[in-house]
Amino acid sequence: MGKGERPEHTAPPEIFYNEDEARKYTSNSRMIEIQSSLTERAVELLALPDDGVPKMLLDVGCGSGLSGEQLTELGQMWVGFDISPAMLDVAVEREVEGDVCLHDMGHGMPLRPGTFDGAISISAVQWLCNADKSSHDPRKRLKRFFETLYAALRRGARAVLQVYPENASQAEMMVAAAMKVGFSGGLVVDFPHSTRAKKYFLVLMVGTSTYIPQAKGLNGEDSNEERSEVKVHGRGSNKKRKMGDGKGSKGKEWIFKKKEQMRKRGHTDIPLDTKYTGRKRRHIT
Amino acid sequence: MKLLTHNMLACHIKGVKNNFPFMIEVTKVETCDADYDPEFLRHMFPRIVWPAFLQGAEQMGCRDGLPEAATEEMLQEDTFLKKFHHALLEVRLQEGALVCPETGRKFPVSKGIPNLLLTEDEC
Repeated sequence: MGKGERPEHTAPPEIFYNEDEARKYTSNSRMIEIQSSLTERAVELLALPDDGVPKMLLDVGCGSGLSGEQLTELGQMWVGFDISPAMLDVAVEREVEGDVCLHDMGHGMPLRPGTFDGAISISAVQWLCNADKSSHDPRKRLKRFFETLYAALRRGARAVLQVYPENASQAEMMVAAAMKVGFSGGLVVDFPHSTRAKKYFLVLMVGTSTYIPQAKGLNGEDSNEERSEVKVHGRGSNKKRKMGDGKGSKGKEWIFKKKEQMRKRGHTDIPLDTKYTGRKRRHIT
Repeated sequence: MKLLTHNMLACHIKGVKNNFPFMIEVTKVETCDADYDPEFLRHMFPRIVWPAFLQGAEQMGCRDGLPEAATEEMLQEDTFLKKFHHALLEVRLQEGALVCPETGRKFPVSKGIPNLLLTEDEC
């Protein structure tokens, strides 16, 4: 995938994540790093009670189980869902701990109500905003997904969905769809001032919660990944265009020249040129 | 697929009311080791629908030693917990199918992955 190209525009997910892509995805150390750091952050935002008991989590769009492995490492139990058979095959080959199911989230989650302690999703839900078949209606699919997700979670549970919205209206569409079915919460944006490190997390809660998620990098700091890569070509340098001698006036010479010009044009009310011309006026108190 | 997952899954075909539990059609079952964690079992127990669990265990052939009805007190017994753990997490369906209790629609399971994709007229 080239820079600036979105996989959603290339092909439907079950076709885009074919065997090649699945293997590439799982053997690429950069991908693994990004996925696991996103998962870590998502779990942080889930704010599970810290009592040492493994929780039952849902991983929507689990892919080849990179995020799931991270969950296992954190001592959680999970069940994953994904639409790409190739990705799931890789997950099984890698012997991930959680069970994985082939499933389209736009059809709604096939789960019994009130069974899960939380849900995460890494870079998956934005796929719902695309219509890949004539029968697909993004709004309906989002609604179906969110209402069944809501039902599957226990009271007080959270869902943290990391998404890559294409534009503001897409983000709005996802948030609105979630709010409509009863979730509370909203969008948390990490590193909002950076283009590449910026990450969107849809933090949704079932029922009320006193916990308020805090975005990272609000005061302009960047993630490590970002700091090493980005050079700033700000507009700032243009602003400092040289103006005269920098004292805010154009100088005596310039005033004499202008006065001379005006006299030549026939103006008679031009003050005389003296040693006081162009001097700053003193304030009279 | 573990019986734990089976206990959470429900058929999501649109309009189906009696959607739980899935019947299990077994072609191949495998047993894998899983970490024994009594805390997790106690945590999950209230959420498990016992009759559905028993039915699944019966179909998967690991019903032996599991009581007809389970109570909270049993969760203190190690022997019960071990059996519960084995059936819930270690016995896994590799090949077979999940069958919707209402419509009889079969969702094939291959390599341990249930295929829960719906056709257009089912969703």
